[in-house]
Amino acid sequence: MNKVTIRCRNLKRSNKTEIPMKKYTYTEKKDTRSGFGAGLLEAGRRNEKVVALCADLVGSLKMGDFIKEFPERFFQIGIAEANMMGIAAGMTIGGRIPFTGTFANFSTGRVYDQIRQSIAYSDKNVKICASHAGLTLGEDGATHQILEDIGMMKMLPGMTVINPCDYNQTKAATIAIAEHHGPVYLRFGRPVIPVFTAPDQKFEIGKAWLVNEGTDVSIFATGHLVWEAIKAGEKLAEMGISAEIINIHTIKPLDEEAILKSVAKTRCVVSAEEHNRLGGLGDSIAQVLITNDPVPMEYVAVNDTFGESGTPEQLMKKYGLDDAHIIQAVQRVLKKKKFDNDYYLQR
Amino acid sequence: MELQELEHIANQVRRDIVRMVHQCQSGHPGGSLGCTDYFVALYFHIMNHKPEFNMDGEGEDLFFLSNGHISPVWYSVLARSGYFDKDELKTFRKIDSRVQGHPATHEGLPGIRVASGSLGQGLSVAIGAALTKKLNGDNSFVFSLHGDGELQEGQIWEAAMYAPHNKVDNLISTIDVNGQQIDGPTDKVLALGNLRAKFEAFGWDVMEMNGNDLQDVIRGLEMAKSKAFKGKPIMILMQTNMGHGVDFMMGSHKWHGVAPNDEQLEAALGQLMCNLEDY
Repeated sequence: MNKVTIRCRNLKRSNKTEIPMKKYTYTEKKDTRSGFGAGLLEAGRRNEKVVALCADLVGSLKMGDFIKEFPERFFQIGIAEANMMGIAAGMTIGGRIPFTGTFANFSTGRVYDQIRQSIAYSDKNVKICASHAGLTLGEDGATHQILEDIGMMKMLPGMTVINPCDYNQTKAATIAIAEHHGPVYLRFGRPVIPVFTAPDQKFEIGKAWLVNEGTDVSIFATGHLVWEAIKAGEKLAEMGISAEIINIHTIKPLDEEAILKSVAKTRCVVSAEEHNRLGGLGDSIAQVLITNDPVPMEYVAVNDTFGESGTPEQLMKKYGLDDAHIIQAVQRVLKKKKFDNDYYLQR
Repeated sequence: MELQELEHIANQVRRDIVRMVHQCQSGHPGGSLGCTDYFVALYFHIMNHKPEFNMDGEGEDLFFLSNGHISPVWYSVLARSGYFDKDELKTFRKIDSRVQGHPATHEGLPGIRVASGSLGQGLSVAIGAALTKKLNGDNSFVFSLHGDGELQEGQIWEAAMYAPHNKVDNLISTIDVNGQQIDGPTDKVLALGNLRAKFEAFGWDVMEMNGNDLQDVIRGLEMAKSKAFKGKPIMILMQTNMGHGVDFMMGSHKWHGVAPNDEQLEAALGQLMCNLEDY
């Protein structure tokens, strides 16, 4: 990779200039799927209409507490995901709110047509809850990893697509989707990651969260890439670059207003997601930019390939999803931004 | 309702089917005509249902059509039992219509609770609705209809395994056994084997009836209701003739998805003389 000298248009900075960066700390690491399990229990307590279905993965989906407290509202479907989606669609007739649970791969690709016809097209109030999303389920390898699920789900008319960033936010999102009418795809994962958001936050579907204000570049991250973006932001600050970091937990409906507001200030964008670069969050953002305010953009995503076995950390590094790759993407996009600025100044 | 009255309705529904399919020159007359007696018995005699239509259907019997391509018969029966004006049947398969090619909820047509057309999904949905009825303490029935060719879809067998294991005994499913599918006889395309033995092996209470004899359909469905709530889901194997009621359409897969021309329409209507009132 070429060495890039960073210069910003409006601000002359040296390494000695202090770049303000909001501090995020954590005391523990947890898996987001456990946030789902806790959220499901709470949603079940708040609303007796909530029911849960699972395709032989109750341990992996952390549904145990819900099953213990509400055994009559839990439905073990067996290894039959297509049937699970159909049953969930049917259970909404009469007012139940079904939460289906299996891995992201088996929640989407395996049952796309069932979701399309019986749930999305039929506007059924089903919550498709998908664990082990992305590469970071790790050692099981590419048969169980999925990097196309956001794309498939966001293309379905009427589907809400949510990918929260840590345990607390996943718990809050799970509670929030029970109160939202309509089909939802909720995506979370297996690796333990820092818990840095507030424990009893209110989750607003479709409302992006400004993690850190900045002026030089907008980093739009989703899922556990938000934490990588924070780490990258701290290092960028040390390098004299002020990064605005925004958590796009709701990929659809996308908070276009928040994106355009940030871009109006920073004039360049990096997207970051644990997904194929085709069809994910980055493409959704690119579409907003190209039709409203075209600015240089770089993707941090998996480059149209399948995953493989490995530890989550190894996979994040190898497939270009960690803080180091976010920093590189920022450097590339700032170079493009400088080129654009110089070009327009010459004209 | 008296049998003779039901037969008049069935004849009128068959007139609707061939006229609808002729009018837009597309749609599926064969299976629709074959299942007409079943639909008429269900909507005019068997089911406790509310044509004012509420999606949740609490306190009423529900029906799910899994082989959605036989939509003409369902639309006609829904209109003629009061769900919507029969004049809306004119818009079948046309632009800006609620009466879509395959059943859908998207345009808000009363009487439809889930989209169908992509085969194999309706049994799962019916099971889901039946489970919710049980959870809600609602002792109504859930009915579903499936094509025999549709049984080639794997999801049917996932559902077939689930329902008996979980004692979904408020469910009365029916298979339209006409032995035909698009590419030819089911025996030739992919044989279904002994359906009674298969469903019994899965744990269903299996019955049979003649789907083209209204009296036998009523007997069969009433018997099915008497067998419900006894621990097993009920499966009725319903023998029908594809195209029943129009001699040149009967018994052949060729009329699965083909519309009659003007002459064929006249010939068909000539065989379906009892006219209550065309739309």
